Amino acid sequence: MVRLRRTMMYVPGNNPANIMGAHLYGADSIMFDLEDSVSIKEKDSARFLVHNALKTLDFGNTETVVRINGLDTPFGREDLEAIVRARPDVIRIPKTEKAQDVLEVESIISEIEEKAGIEVGTTKLMAAIESPLGVINAFEIAKSSKRLIGIALGAEDFVTSMKTERSKDGLELLVARSQVLMAARAANIYALDTVFSDINDDEGFIKEVKLIKQLGFDGKSVIHPRQVTLVHQVYTPTKKEIDYSIRVLNAIDEAEKRSSGVIALDGKMIDAPIVERAYRVLELAKASGVYKGDY
Amino acid sequence: MEIKRIGRAGTVESNDINIVIEPSDKEDIEIELQSAVIKQFGEHIKALIIEILRSKGIKSAYVKAVDKGAIDCVIKARTLTALYRAAESEEYEWEV
Repeated sequence: MVRLRRTMMYVPGNNPANIMGAHLYGADSIMFDLEDSVSIKEKDSARFLVHNALKTLDFGNTETVVRINGLDTPFGREDLEAIVRARPDVIRIPKTEKAQDVLEVESIISEIEEKAGIEVGTTKLMAAIESPLGVINAFEIAKSSKRLIGIALGAEDFVTSMKTERSKDGLELLVARSQVLMAARAANIYALDTVFSDINDDEGFIKEVKLIKQLGFDGKSVIHPRQVTLVHQVYTPTKKEIDYSIRVLNAIDEAEKRSSGVIALDGKMIDAPIVERAYRVLELAKASGVYKGDY
Repeated sequence: MEIKRIGRAGTVESNDINIVIEPSDKEDIEIELQSAVIKQFGEHIKALIIEILRSKGIKSAYVKAVDKGAIDCVIKARTLTALYRAAESEEYEWEV
């Protein structure tokens, strides 16, 4: 089954209560943060806490991600030393601007894996793109490493660099979202959208989730447990979509039995992209637990 | 490791533990513990802190701990953070 990454929930890396309960809200991935949510004076403390929590606690099937500090800070290198050995599924690199940023992290991780007796290549990577330069280089970043499972847009720094601010309709992010997404698709990795900071604005949040789903994003970074359910609701295929997808695939089966070349359903031709979309809807429905059929 | 100054780590928020490690004149590790679960887990928490400190070669220290329901991995993380701060060391030894 495909791994869903509809929600990646931020968890401040220096808060034991948040870390212990992080996987209980159903997020597909939880991201322990050593970067912006941890003050400079507590970087060592958060690193020890996340390292020990990852080695001890069972987070079930939830994907574990750790956002490290950049290698251009005094903390990034030591973060990698601590976190690679604690075996999270993914390490998220902040503020990625070029392929070299990923390659530098990758080379250090390989070195640590080798020293620690961990199979080289098992620690996966995700790159956050948070600047105009990063957006321009999105494809180069997306295809830079076999360890990369996805790229994510980080909008707060991006809009500041663009001399604007976030708006409810997200017009200022349209090009960045599209470019990051297209880069991810071209490199065949996941694409995650940025956070929505107003946790009390459910209506605005749902509108944004519908927009990014329509654009084609796999999911969204979230900052609060209540946002998890809302994203999953938007991403779960409807009964109508599931039924239609089953009918598409049934029509294909029938046509194959009859050795018929042209396939139509409800008077419309069914071609390869429609079949692919039908499979994808059912895959998502299965992973979301709302379809248990054979396709 | 050698304790050179007072090292603190942790908070008094729920599920955390605040650890303060000080140099001591005595040839032993002395622990003053406050915890709502002291009757059930007091000995366990003290033994864990001592084990962590001894594993880093510490034989003498005075430790003040205020526990707010921390589990073992949190106690370990906070004790090590306080110890490295007290030893003014950044020679971390991360294990797999």
